[in-house]
Amino acid sequence: MRLDELAVGEVVAERDVHLTRASLVAYADASGDQNPIHQDEAVAKAVGLPGVIAHGMLTMGLAVQPVVDWLGALDPAESAETGPRILEYGVRFTRMVLVDADSGADVHIVAKVGAIDAEADTARIDLAVTSGDETVLGKAQVLVGRSAD
Amino acid sequence: MPVNPDLQGRTLPPTAPVVVTAERIAAFAAAVGASDPGIAPPTFAIVVQQAALDALLAEPDTGFEIRNVVHAEQRFAARRPVVAGDELTGTMTVTAVRTVGSNAMVSAETVIADASGETVTTATSTLLVGGES
Repeated sequence: MRLDELAVGEVVAERDVHLTRASLVAYADASGDQNPIHQDEAVAKAVGLPGVIAHGMLTMGLAVQPVVDWLGALDPAESAETGPRILEYGVRFTRMVLVDADSGADVHIVAKVGAIDAEADTARIDLAVTSGDETVLGKAQVLVGRSAD
Repeated sequence: MPVNPDLQGRTLPPTAPVVVTAERIAAFAAAVGASDPGIAPPTFAIVVQQAALDALLAEPDTGFEIRNVVHAEQRFAARRPVVAGDELTGTMTVTAVRTVGSNAMVSAETVIADASGETVTTATSTLLVGGES
């Protein structure tokens, strides 16, 4: 499909994710980011944090997955090679996601069409990412299209 | 110890190649809640930026350590998806060091290339480095 068939403001994906301290250990091992502020309460507090926080990159990584799934299901006639893919993805980490040792943390993601460039056949998908009603990623934007050129 | 302003403009040697295996993609995919363990998530290239950042932190004169680092901004521009079999190296350049009170903002661009030298992804990052507490 052409991306200009989308409507600005249209919600293309939405998801709730629950994080636990085990999620942070799994992400640390998978990514190589072993900063102890994401695993060790004492270290986190020693550097002035209220407690263990999620890796910003974990939040960034999980927030885009609903868009990945949406793109994958967009048009069954197109293969992964010819269909639209993610060309650019950027975020600002505006607020930390505190992950309680017992209750963990909940992250809510809404992905909406933010802009369409019909000529380039690209669309900008804007992510609203919240935890406990507070926005945790700012200017979280995903550019989707067919080519980086 | 404050962040060394002379880091600005420094380009580190390329990282050792990060060998991308199906297992590594699957572990990363699971950690970020991806539904397909066979596709490298859009943020997978962070593993290469991470290796480059570790090399930066290992420089003797940075003036900061990992525990004082909070991620402020991150961006990826992908020329093509990462696939199993890739051997990726990251070449990091510190593009800006800005002091803000007792903190500093350190921006870096990491060009991530495959074994043939073609750019796969450019990762840009801004780190907030807290003053020693």
